[in-house]
Amino acid sequence: MRDPLQRFQRWAEQRLPALTRFRRPESLPIELHRRRIYIVPSGFGIGFSILLLVMLVGALNYANNAALLLTCLLGAASAASMLVAFRSLDGLRLSHIRAGHAIAGQAIELTLAFDSSRQRNAIRLDLSGDTVAFAIDANTTAQVKLTLPTVQRGWQPLPRLRLWSTWPLGLFRVWSWLYPDQSVLVWPRPEVAGPSPHAPADDARHMRLHRGDELAALRDYRAGDPQRHIAWKASARHDHLLVKDFEQPQSRPQWQLDWRQLSALDNEARIARLARWLNEAQAQRCSYSLWLPGNEIASNSGPLHYARCMSALAQLP
Amino acid sequence: MTSPTPRRKAVEPPIDSRAFDLLSLTMALVLGLHAPHLPWWLSMALALTLGGRWWQRRQRAGRVPRWLKLPLLALLTLAVIVEYGNIFGREPGSALAVGLLILKLLETETARDARVGTSFACFGLMTALLFDQGLVATVVVALGLLPALATLRSLEPGQAPTSLARGLLPGLALSAAALPLALAAFLLVPRLSSPLWGAPSPGPARTGLSDNMSPGNFTDLLTDDHPAMRVSFEGAPPPPDLRYFRAYVMWNFDGRSWRYLDARYTGPREPATLEADRSIHYQISLQPTHQRVLPTLDVPLQAPAQASLQADREVLVDKPVNDEVSYSARSALRYRLQSTLDDRSRRLGLRLPAGFNPRTQALATQWRQRYGSDDAAIVQAALTLFHDGGFRYTLAPAPLGRDSVDDFLFDTREGFCEHYSSAFTVLMRAAGIPARVVTGYQGGYWNKLGEYLLVRYSDAHAWSEVWLAGRGWVRIDPTGAVRPERVSLGAAAAAGDQLSWYRNDWLQGLRNHWDIVNRWWDQGVIGFDALRQRGLLTPFGIRDTDTATLGILLAVSSVLFIAIGLAWALLRRRPRDPLRDALRELERKLARMGVVRGLAEGPQHYLSRAARALPGQRDELARLMSCYLELRYAHDEPPPESLRMFQRTVQDFRVVNVVK
Repeated sequence: MRDPLQRFQRWAEQRLPALTRFRRPESLPIELHRRRIYIVPSGFGIGFSILLLVMLVGALNYANNAALLLTCLLGAASAASMLVAFRSLDGLRLSHIRAGHAIAGQAIELTLAFDSSRQRNAIRLDLSGDTVAFAIDANTTAQVKLTLPTVQRGWQPLPRLRLWSTWPLGLFRVWSWLYPDQSVLVWPRPEVAGPSPHAPADDARHMRLHRGDELAALRDYRAGDPQRHIAWKASARHDHLLVKDFEQPQSRPQWQLDWRQLSALDNEARIARLARWLNEAQAQRCSYSLWLPGNEIASNSGPLHYARCMSALAQLP
Repeated sequence: MTSPTPRRKAVEPPIDSRAFDLLSLTMALVLGLHAPHLPWWLSMALALTLGGRWWQRRQRAGRVPRWLKLPLLALLTLAVIVEYGNIFGREPGSALAVGLLILKLLETETARDARVGTSFACFGLMTALLFDQGLVATVVVALGLLPALATLRSLEPGQAPTSLARGLLPGLALSAAALPLALAAFLLVPRLSSPLWGAPSPGPARTGLSDNMSPGNFTDLLTDDHPAMRVSFEGAPPPPDLRYFRAYVMWNFDGRSWRYLDARYTGPREPATLEADRSIHYQISLQPTHQRVLPTLDVPLQAPAQASLQADREVLVDKPVNDEVSYSARSALRYRLQSTLDDRSRRLGLRLPAGFNPRTQALATQWRQRYGSDDAAIVQAALTLFHDGGFRYTLAPAPLGRDSVDDFLFDTREGFCEHYSSAFTVLMRAAGIPARVVTGYQGGYWNKLGEYLLVRYSDAHAWSEVWLAGRGWVRIDPTGAVRPERVSLGAAAAAGDQLSWYRNDWLQGLRNHWDIVNRWWDQGVIGFDALRQRGLLTPFGIRDTDTATLGILLAVSSVLFIAIGLAWALLRRRPRDPLRDALRELERKLARMGVVRGLAEGPQHYLSRAARALPGQRDELARLMSCYLELRYAHDEPPPESLRMFQRTVQDFRVVNVVK
């Protein structure tokens, strides 16, 4: 029952000019109104109306007015539920969309904020195969979270969203298309493996120069620790390697990640490598700077800085 | 086309416990409404199945396994066939439907199952009305729609949680909003003048009056206090002792029972002559009797339309009355019926079966010898016997033997109207006075509010008529001699404390008053048939409304109601801003004075410009401006008293014609 109905809906939307009117992306906020809300009986609605017809004929045949009254009441209530269904979308407002962060290939989390002046129930939102149901209280904002699969880095426009409901009785299916003029930024996917960023020599010396000589503590060996920091004597007394941890008041490793260093690679490979380096730098909590064509990001650290660098990478042509 | 279609999930998620509870409640209600006509063991079994399934689902969601479901289905079908003989027809069909409905609950796990179950439950609710379409039953069934609607609501995902009771309210609101449309549809859906299939099966068999009378067969009738008919009179109602409604006149006595013989046996005869003195016009609405007789007030002058007057002034119709009918008639209150008796009638009126009731015959012969030819004295002697001979009025008399009248008159001396009328008639015949038994209704409750006489089945009565020379057939009510209250106050008073507890006085009074609602329901709703529908538009000058007109009216009114509904649905309530409205008014006033607000002009700029342009009102405008700015920008919500003051000031602002 459902499939032919959906085919019919799709056909109708292709055919009817009124239904295609809102195909162009539009800017937020989007408020639903009667010219963009569509309503058809659901499969259950059609079945139920056949049942009502049977009840009507039965009541008429047996000249049973009480049964006829009941049938009329049920039929009228079904018809009234159509208006309630319409009202469950009418006046609903999509005020803004917030996107999370995701690298290409992963799903990105979107938060859609809907607000409404009255209470609404059982509204469903379809986005590329994902359906979320939500309710809104009067004069509040509902934060609806759903995920959108991504393919490649860069700005990805949002697809059309379908807002639909079968509230209140499931007899009618009311829907509307939202096509917000908004894109989400997808970060580049880092390469899986590759060389470490080689810091410029002077920087390395600088690092060593500033490396504190005071031994603060011994800690477990981590991959990537310089060999000369291993405390061999102390390690001999344990069953794993220990590393001398030096007090480093200001001389955390400073990475200067530069687009120009990777001239041997093509653009996407460069971006993938830089992304991996950014990840490593972020994991090691060191501060780093990033040079990109037309965009120079000064050395800094922290998640905001990381997001800024990744976004810059993502937006490269 | 890039429309994202929802992925069809292979497995639908199970419904939550709230939806299941509501569905179970709906089904329990359907079962409860059908229980009165289902065999008790089937109701019990289905109730247990429902309860068990509900308990099982509470423990753990999951369908009942197939090996349990299929045998239950077979068992149900078998049970219905064993009980009713087949599975078709009203009773077996509804029993099967209710059973299937409960079994559907066993496999209900997903929203789809629940929807199918709920629809089927709605159908079950409707079929309950085929058994009882009284007001109370209809209201209860209509309330049964509430859990059904609530079930459908609860199947929608993503809704704010509510309590079970509050979940029922929106359904009530929806039904209430739908009521006008429902009523319009009810009035205008064209009725069928003849059924499409099958004959509408007769309603529940009420004993009613039957065309024969034997001792004891009135007992059921006299304890059935359902309404039999309602009578409204033109003018004042007749006094209680004249409220005799004639149904059958019985001549034929076989020693045990009296039998009515219609024209098929007696041959066509002219109605007996009637000389009327006072007559009264009235209208009767009669509940289905499944008999051909229409009771009329004693004695009818002519038959109502579509009915015929029989030889003894009974009124018969061609077909049994299977639906409520309404008819009007005129009857004589003081009359002389058949002043000359023909030989055949005399012979019939004196005939007694040979070899029965010897003691009664002896008594009658003795009376005849004592009073000679004075028939009236013999009648009086019989009534005196009933009054003083130790007779008792009871609805539970001792059984009578072969000589039923002898046993009654000389041994048991207890009984009710049919015993008395039968014994009296036999006595009269034995004494040589032509006599016959008449059955019908006597008494009734006068409903002051509705101005109609409510006659119940328990008002059924039997009396006698004797033919006296010069007076014709005279009604004699021997029961009245034993229990005068039976005639003056009605059946309930005569029965005294022999009736069940619920028939006590105040409750009976309440039931009598409540009857006006029933009458309204029966006449206005149940009795609204094809005929009445055709006369629907008579007040608007259309005599006969045909099906096409009804269809058009139905379409028009549906469109009208849907338009009203749409207007409601499309209504957008914008939040009102009184401050802005007040400023608008000020702008209008200033515009009349030549200062028009520019499109891109803010209030402060505009009002200062106005103040400059209108030096006479500069101070006032400056005050208004500061007041407006404060109200608008200093508060989230303007304080009401300042707002009122601002509004008043704007109202008082005078438009002065400026000469430029």
